Amino acid sequence: MNFLGYKRENGSIGIRNLIAIIPSVICSAHAAQKIADAIPNSVCLTHPYGCGHFGADWRRIVNNLAGLGKNPNVAAALVVGLGCENVTSKFIAKEIEKTGKPTQFMDIQKSGGTEKTIKKGIEIASEMRTNADQLKKQSFGLEKLVLGLECGGSDATSGLIANPAVGVASDTIVKAGGTAILPEFIEWVGTEHNLAKRCVKPEDGELLIEMIDTFTSEAQKQGYNMRMIAPGNIRGGLTTIEEKALGTICKAGKAPIQGLLSYGEPPPVPGLWLMVEPGLDVESMTGLASAGAQVCTFTTGQGTPTGNAIMPVIKISGNPETMETMGSDIDLDATAILSGKETVDSFGLKILEEIIAVANGKATIAEKMGHQEFAIWRLPIMFNLGGMSKKFERFFD
Amino acid sequence: MTKKAIILHPDDNVATVLEKLEEGTEIEIEKQNKLIEKIVTTKKIPFLHKIALIDISKGAPVIKYGQIIGKATMDIKKGDHVHTKNLVSWFYS
Repeated sequence: MNFLGYKRENGSIGIRNLIAIIPSVICSAHAAQKIADAIPNSVCLTHPYGCGHFGADWRRIVNNLAGLGKNPNVAAALVVGLGCENVTSKFIAKEIEKTGKPTQFMDIQKSGGTEKTIKKGIEIASEMRTNADQLKKQSFGLEKLVLGLECGGSDATSGLIANPAVGVASDTIVKAGGTAILPEFIEWVGTEHNLAKRCVKPEDGELLIEMIDTFTSEAQKQGYNMRMIAPGNIRGGLTTIEEKALGTICKAGKAPIQGLLSYGEPPPVPGLWLMVEPGLDVESMTGLASAGAQVCTFTTGQGTPTGNAIMPVIKISGNPETMETMGSDIDLDATAILSGKETVDSFGLKILEEIIAVANGKATIAEKMGHQEFAIWRLPIMFNLGGMSKKFERFFD
Repeated sequence: MTKKAIILHPDDNVATVLEKLEEGTEIEIEKQNKLIEKIVTTKKIPFLHKIALIDISKGAPVIKYGQIIGKATMDIKKGDHVHTKNLVSWFYS
């Protein structure tokens, strides 16, 4: 099974050929947006960050802005700064440039103000567009694919229908030598022992169990019980946290787990990986795209409209009511499993076919609607486990 | 007969019902595409809730996805609705 993509300078394969305009700080977001507006097939990664970040928070912002620029779906990147911020356009551009892709940076304060920045930026980005348009798509095997496994607005159908079917697609990609990333560690609570058993390195499994124990007991001290399930879950037929978590991790199939990634960290080798981050959909997908995922499945019970600026997002639901009320936001209708017309396995292969079709250029609904949601997971105190134990530092720094 | 329950793993001792079932409803349970047996509901079971496939003794594990999802807090009969009144998370047992 093959897909068509654009070969990048570092050997990674893009399934889109975007020009990314990246403001390094909110102050340059308007100029960056105006540049992107003038360039076909470009995206502007508008965000409210870039100034007054320190330590781990600074690294988080820089790593993810650079990570999105490095994503193989981006052919070339222009980073636009103001000039006085501490997340500098130059630093981000130099990071992105390590991939070998055409990258430039400019600052409004040094470019003669907003108007001149926009004009110069359009010239630079137009040339990037022209050059990127010369690239021809080639055929590649699934070993070049990195799949993100997102879910949100979950209900009882998620773990029963849509997630297990995505697991079949994920396993097929991993077996073919490709990569899949399961994010959202809060949703592993209750099934950490099962995930730990699947870790290729036993020490990763031990670390995972200890981290979730630490997280749940620290949350308990602050008055949160992370091993409870919501009343809506119980009404929907779920009884225990184990049951809920098992439904969530079905997205990751049955493949062995290569290890644990921090937020936005690219997997060092192919296979299935876990990404330690808390699991707000849009922030989570930023982490997946920063890690190099070219495409993402997004299973949802109650329905969600979100997409991502860099990475096509394929939304899948197995809830018949949601398909009726929000079907126009959902790419794949998995309710045929519920009615018995499809099995989890047969529908899993349909999901794989859709992933390949989207890789080959088919626009997802979120792409057609122009969705470009973008947010970075910052570091609230609740998650600052790095301060509690050196062992977890790499995930929270 | 339409499919009325789904078993996610051959080791499971519960299935998830695919429509609301009244007390005394007879359903056929398929396991790996083979009809295994008929089960009669002992009480009504709401849409997407769990039904016991076999008798499960108090204290025994309840299994779904081929994994333990908790412990039976009382003897569960084949055909019973399995939920908060007779199943608890292992973390709280």
